[in-house]
Amino acid sequence: MTDKLTESDSATTDPSVPMVKSEGVHKSFGPVEVLKGIDLEVKSGEVFCLIGPSGSGKSTFLRCINHLEKINAGRLSVDGELVGYRQQGDKLYELRDREVAVKRRDIGMVFQRFNLFPHMTAAENIAEAPVQVRGVNKGQARERAMQLLERVGLADKAQSYPSQLSGGQQQRVAIARALAMDPKLMLFDEPTSALDPELVGDVLDVMRDLAESGMTMIVVTHEMGFAREVGDSLVFMDGGVVVESGHPRDVLTNPQHERTQSFLSKVL
Amino acid sequence: MTSDIDKTAGPKDTPPAGPEAIKAIPVRHYGRYVSAVIAIGILVAIVYAFGQGKINWHAVPDYFFDHRILTGVYKTLLLTVLSMVIGIVGGIGLAVMRLSKNPVTSSIAWFYIWFFRGTPVLVQLFLWFNLGLVFEYINLGPIYKNYWSAFMTPLLTALLGLGLNEAAYMAEICRAGLLAVDEGQTEASHALGMSHAKTLRRIVIPQAMRVIVPPTGNEVINMLKTTSLVAAVQYPELFRYAQDIGQNSGAPVEMYFLAAAWYLIMTSVLSVGQYYIERYYARGSSRALPPTPLQKIRANVLSIGRPKGAAA
Repeated sequence: MTDKLTESDSATTDPSVPMVKSEGVHKSFGPVEVLKGIDLEVKSGEVFCLIGPSGSGKSTFLRCINHLEKINAGRLSVDGELVGYRQQGDKLYELRDREVAVKRRDIGMVFQRFNLFPHMTAAENIAEAPVQVRGVNKGQARERAMQLLERVGLADKAQSYPSQLSGGQQQRVAIARALAMDPKLMLFDEPTSALDPELVGDVLDVMRDLAESGMTMIVVTHEMGFAREVGDSLVFMDGGVVVESGHPRDVLTNPQHERTQSFLSKVL
Repeated sequence: MTSDIDKTAGPKDTPPAGPEAIKAIPVRHYGRYVSAVIAIGILVAIVYAFGQGKINWHAVPDYFFDHRILTGVYKTLLLTVLSMVIGIVGGIGLAVMRLSKNPVTSSIAWFYIWFFRGTPVLVQLFLWFNLGLVFEYINLGPIYKNYWSAFMTPLLTALLGLGLNEAAYMAEICRAGLLAVDEGQTEASHALGMSHAKTLRRIVIPQAMRVIVPPTGNEVINMLKTTSLVAAVQYPELFRYAQDIGQNSGAPVEMYFLAAAWYLIMTSVLSVGQYYIERYYARGSSRALPPTPLQKIRANVLSIGRPKGAAA
């Protein structure tokens, strides 16, 4: 189950360019400033964990990366290209919806509430975007969907509708759906927060597999065990800023900042 | 206290069985008997009254399949279908305009809905019918030019009157449907790189249909009945033909009964159709699909004679 989870050799890019680079990113919703200058770098092939209390802006930051939210200030780039803008000389041009859509193809996203398409079966959910966006023929997309379902351990659920699946199964289908686009970067927005504790393990297993296959992953999570075991870097965010960052083992076992210490003492 | 009673009451060697089924005298609802008797009494009185009336019941079957009536039925259906097509297409367009971020299109859509929902459809029909009094020609530049009276046939008048009015109602129904789809669906679709148009067509509209279909079925049935108004703009349909026959044959009331019977038949058929369309769009939304009308009838027939609570 561990080998060839992604055959996305097309996505492998120059390792010297960071997969995600964020410099002074600000984001406000009306008068409320949610991100107050985020600086960080995610290297290619790395599992990057974002932790922090709710309202700290970690989910918002994740959504900025594939332009589901527009940033107000700073520079945010994925694989060396600005998110949502094009720079010519010293002028920034907003990208058209179509151009944004093209960039999103290479970034997979997994949501807290799964957001599977309820009117399609598991297999149809997975085959939808490859057929509609990449123009893959239906037979091939279906075959690939079956492979991916097997990878996430749900080969027997291909014909099930999301309402017939448990939360953990739905989330695994959602991961397979994102993988079907052969992304070079995967974003996980609290993928296990809406799950029964019993079902969390299955989803984390799939994510662990994915990490071992070399996928670049940014994971917003409350699963400290997962972060410590699988993560390559970890950032603790609070109040819209990065409070502390480093290797997960170091930050989680020996937090330097007082705010990190008090947060970890509550969740660990 | 209770333990004493337990010890004395009943033989000691009673085998421990499961809880005994309750056998109690059910509550008698005398009020129900009374109201049923009164309701049946009133029904009998009404039927009796009509039986006493000088109604020539034979006229109804005699004319039921008269070719004029059948033409009327066909025209009523044609008018219903075409008006609903105009209404649905226009309604979707207006709903999208209304929800668009462009303030100009959204206010125009709002104004349209305000006007056409706010005025009676009969008034609108007469308005279309009498526009010839203010326009002599219709002139669409090089494409089309004609006398207004030749252009605005009774059929077109009826279609415009009914269809444009319907579009205003359908717009609100479609808008409600589009708004009912969870925003997470749009987000998930966008995150997969799908465009706005594809997201709307493949993800949002199929889910909105579940909300849109039931009230639309209602609208179709309403439309079928509303077509009887177009007699006023000289387009003959079922009601008009029935009226004509009634006047010529000296059986006007009988012909109204006949028309009512035909309308009932058509609306009943439409209701069944609606049921199956709803079933189609319900896929994936519930674990088990609702039963078809046939299955329901079968279940109801089998449950007759059983107490109400047990029938499911």
